[in-house]
Amino acid sequence: MAKRIVVDPITRIEGHLRIDCEIDNGRVTKAWSSGQMWRGIELILQDRDPRDAWVFTQRICGVCTTVHAIASVRAVENALGLEVPLNAQYIRNMMIGAHGIFDHIVHFYHLSALDWVDIVSALKGSPKAAAALGQQLSPWPHNSEQEIKAVQERLKGFVGTGQLGIFASGYWGHPAMKLSPDVNLLAASHYFQALDYQRRINKVVAILGSKTPHIQNLAVGGVSNPINPDSQSTLTIERLYYVKTLIDEIGDFIKNVYMVDVAAIGAFYADWTKYGAGVTNYLSVPDMPLDSKGTAFDLPGGYIADGNVGSFKPITGFNDDFFKQGVKEGIKHSWYKGDWDRHPWEEETVPQHTEFQDNGKYSWVKSPTFNGKPAQVGPLANVLCMYAAGHAPTKTYTDGLLQTVSTLAGAKVGIEALHSTIGRHAARAVRCAVLHDSLLGQWQSLMDNIGKGDYATFNQPVFPKGEQRGVGFHEAPRGVLSHWIVIQDGKIKNYQCVVPSTWNAGPRNTKDAPGPYEASLVGNPVANPEKPLEVLRTVHSFDPCLACAIHLLDPDSREIVTVRTMT
Amino acid sequence: MSHNILVLGVGNVLLADEGAGVRVVEQLQRRYVFPPQVELIDGGTMGLDLLGYLDDKTHLFIVDAIISRKPPGSVVIEKLSDPPAYFRQKISPHQIGLSELLAVASMQDCLPPDITLFGIVPLDLATGLEMSCEVSRAVEQVVLAVVKELALLGVEGSAVSC
Repeated sequence: MAKRIVVDPITRIEGHLRIDCEIDNGRVTKAWSSGQMWRGIELILQDRDPRDAWVFTQRICGVCTTVHAIASVRAVENALGLEVPLNAQYIRNMMIGAHGIFDHIVHFYHLSALDWVDIVSALKGSPKAAAALGQQLSPWPHNSEQEIKAVQERLKGFVGTGQLGIFASGYWGHPAMKLSPDVNLLAASHYFQALDYQRRINKVVAILGSKTPHIQNLAVGGVSNPINPDSQSTLTIERLYYVKTLIDEIGDFIKNVYMVDVAAIGAFYADWTKYGAGVTNYLSVPDMPLDSKGTAFDLPGGYIADGNVGSFKPITGFNDDFFKQGVKEGIKHSWYKGDWDRHPWEEETVPQHTEFQDNGKYSWVKSPTFNGKPAQVGPLANVLCMYAAGHAPTKTYTDGLLQTVSTLAGAKVGIEALHSTIGRHAARAVRCAVLHDSLLGQWQSLMDNIGKGDYATFNQPVFPKGEQRGVGFHEAPRGVLSHWIVIQDGKIKNYQCVVPSTWNAGPRNTKDAPGPYEASLVGNPVANPEKPLEVLRTVHSFDPCLACAIHLLDPDSREIVTVRTMT
Repeated sequence: MSHNILVLGVGNVLLADEGAGVRVVEQLQRRYVFPPQVELIDGGTMGLDLLGYLDDKTHLFIVDAIISRKPPGSVVIEKLSDPPAYFRQKISPHQIGLSELLAVASMQDCLPPDITLFGIVPLDLATGLEMSCEVSRAVEQVVLAVVKELALLGVEGSAVSC
């Protein structure tokens, strides 16, 4: 007899996602992904000045503020056909790169690693053995016995006072936790180091963006950072060199710690390459524009159908109709009035809440499709597309990581292993390394361009009478983000955000095809329905963040995850 | 004795009263000039991003919408003398982001020793930029309370004439 579990809410950060699973014989047989809160934040934007939209959109989400600001200015620029000065592209690209690195590191270490790493078991590990293992895996200087011992003492302190803090809600001792105490201890020490490195790279965003968490330097038409190599109050050469130092520091951590940890976890949990593939249509967009028009990019993007890397079709620029015409959203299973599939420019947002209907409406999230099919977005989609496009750094890092996994696992692990729960983590680490290379390149391009005497950062937008339509897309840390705007006589007439978590967490679509979360859960093992760690592993591998896919509100309980079992 | 004080307003300004903490900080920035040992931060709905702002602070003032049985528009000011206990309580709609931030700060030994919560009980959490009348009044009350509390620490803000 099938048993039904409800995991609610499932994010470790804000947002409210509910997952329902039917479990039979220790496997998930059916799954539903439901966004639990009504949003409608786009409605605030109607009738406003399009130049102000980014200020509001970056408040949609508590985690990805920068990305919504970038997508918004790009949407307005696209509607107006407005070019962006090179310096502005480079500065934006550097913020994108630094933010992406920050986000990937936090996601892996602080929001999902503890699905795989048992913190309580780390207390029993031997610092000496953990250090020896770490030194065998990488030249990272902080894998010393002394430093690892200090982390263990710290952890003992927390556990001793009963203050597990953010570790309070883990499934410690769960049978699906497979790492030895020594490996757990090594990973725990990197958890603490990652806390330090994430804040350093976030400084780059703060320096360029004038401030975080909400950057202030964007403008439709460029950025508001005046560049003057001699003035103290502007973006000076001295500040830019400090930015370079911060970028260099994080590089070692990504390559000698993050990539190595992911490879090790992948090798120890090799069975997880068999679970969680789900929807294998992959969509990503090109990013890091290298010209003022958005026709050349450092990082390619495109579409892969049915997991076949050979089917890759690139998206070539901000004006590519392949993307512009391909995106639709459906509401058959969403709590909105009607049953339609529409292009974002043609959408309307009229809520109609019902009870949770297994075969009817059950989510506030809409169902996006690309050319009529659900698509997975995120680092895995991005890495597979860049790999298919022949992007050299992506190939180097992907092949290198798979080689490390193969060595550790003692068996050949190929790129097909990436279509999985653990594969999403591997792809995120690869993307982080790729972003780092790109970030260095953007820094150099900016310096070179300033060196040529070009200080321009802004082109004045002009709003003609009549209607203009635009889309701004961005390959955000969680995947394809697109903002769709209709401008009428200089005012916003319609605004829709199609966000990464909508692509991945969307409910069944108009043709009843499940979304990526739902499809990826089917077939997952569940050892203990009361403690569905395996369900969390797969959902967390997408880096769920529903604060922007839907409106955010707190869960009523202190528990990070409440599980209800229904029969 | 030099104090180093962070006034951190958190909340989502797109959700009416939910953004009360941010509104308080905006008012403080607009109406007062403080000496350099006071830092005013609009933290939005962020979590770990704010860690860097806690470094070397002696005092942390958290201004936030809180869940309480008291009527909407009520103001609750209390010292969090035992910060770990704070983590266990459900007091803010950003409980996960903020409590995670403080827990991490505590692990990293950068939690300011003196933490005061300035809480405002919201009425309206619907999508919208306007706060309710009750909460607008509470925001004004908290602005003055923060200025007073800073003065008690020997830090005087001078009002900007507009």
